[in-house]
Amino acid sequence: MDAVEPRVVGDDDPWTVAGRTFRSRLIVGTGKYASLEQTAAAIEASGAEIVTVAVRRVNLADPGAPMLQDFVDPKRITYLPNTAGCHTADDAVRTLRLAREAGGWNLVKLEVLGPPPHLYPDMAATLAAAEALIRDGFEVMVYCSDDPIYARRLEDLGCVAIMPLGAPIGSGLGLQNPAMIHLLLQQTSLPLLVDAGVGTASDAAIAMELGCTAVLLNSAIAHATDPILMARAMQHAVQAGRLAWRAGRMPRRLGADPSSPLTGLIR
Amino acid sequence: MADPITLSLNGEPRALPGPLRLAELIAQLGLDTRKVAVERNRAIVPRSAYDTTRLADGDALEIVHFIGGG
Repeated sequence: MDAVEPRVVGDDDPWTVAGRTFRSRLIVGTGKYASLEQTAAAIEASGAEIVTVAVRRVNLADPGAPMLQDFVDPKRITYLPNTAGCHTADDAVRTLRLAREAGGWNLVKLEVLGPPPHLYPDMAATLAAAEALIRDGFEVMVYCSDDPIYARRLEDLGCVAIMPLGAPIGSGLGLQNPAMIHLLLQQTSLPLLVDAGVGTASDAAIAMELGCTAVLLNSAIAHATDPILMARAMQHAVQAGRLAWRAGRMPRRLGADPSSPLTGLIR
Repeated sequence: MADPITLSLNGEPRALPGPLRLAELIAQLGLDTRKVAVERNRAIVPRSAYDTTRLADGDALEIVHFIGGG
């Protein structure tokens, strides 16, 4: 396994979702890695305390195959089961009921997607699924479009975090509409995470500088040439962006303003 | 007593000697109960009920686990 840096923990600046408190503001996916060893090493290097996971049939032809839990300890890292691959509310509810039984807890990531090539959130189906899941006792972090009307409806339904896409899933294009993320942040009192679209460290920093609570990403790390290095980069980027947001950036101006005094010049 | 039963296991039909409890099936399949979840005829079977769940001919079982995902 690759050597990894010790976990860098920034200022004491935790965040809370559904009554659970976390220090890392980076949530990472566990898909698309070359191996389970690499998955585990990337998570470690990212400093993430929450990882998203998918629910799938066990391969009964190979029951002894290594499982994710053998490499990523659910007692140490919080598993956030997703509904990837679900295209209806019924599928999403059924999948997460199984996840709740497998994992023993009810904090979940809901995503109901349209077809390729956009995989855009199907918001009508997402709302229906969120309603059914909340009725069934789930705490729902919801992947959604950056649409303030739907975001408000999801919040009113009782979702515990709003997670708009920054760009299409797996595109790595970075935040395509930061103005809308800003508007969503203005109107919500829930944790707001950019989920999908981050391609490199600066994209994650931009999301955090806007005031997002946290960032969720997968491909940006898994598809980097060196995923472990990129995981470290993402950890630093999220911390840097958060610190910059807390520090409060200087105002933008259209002209120059010298940094050195104009007085006391030699003549 | 040894009447075979046919189950649907993750979508594949499988004939097994009956009677059969779910806990016995999981053990025969070589699975770790702590790492899987089971749905029987679209209803979740709690882990605590594996021992008392008697499988019937025609039961459809989904046995799932966590894998990598975004």
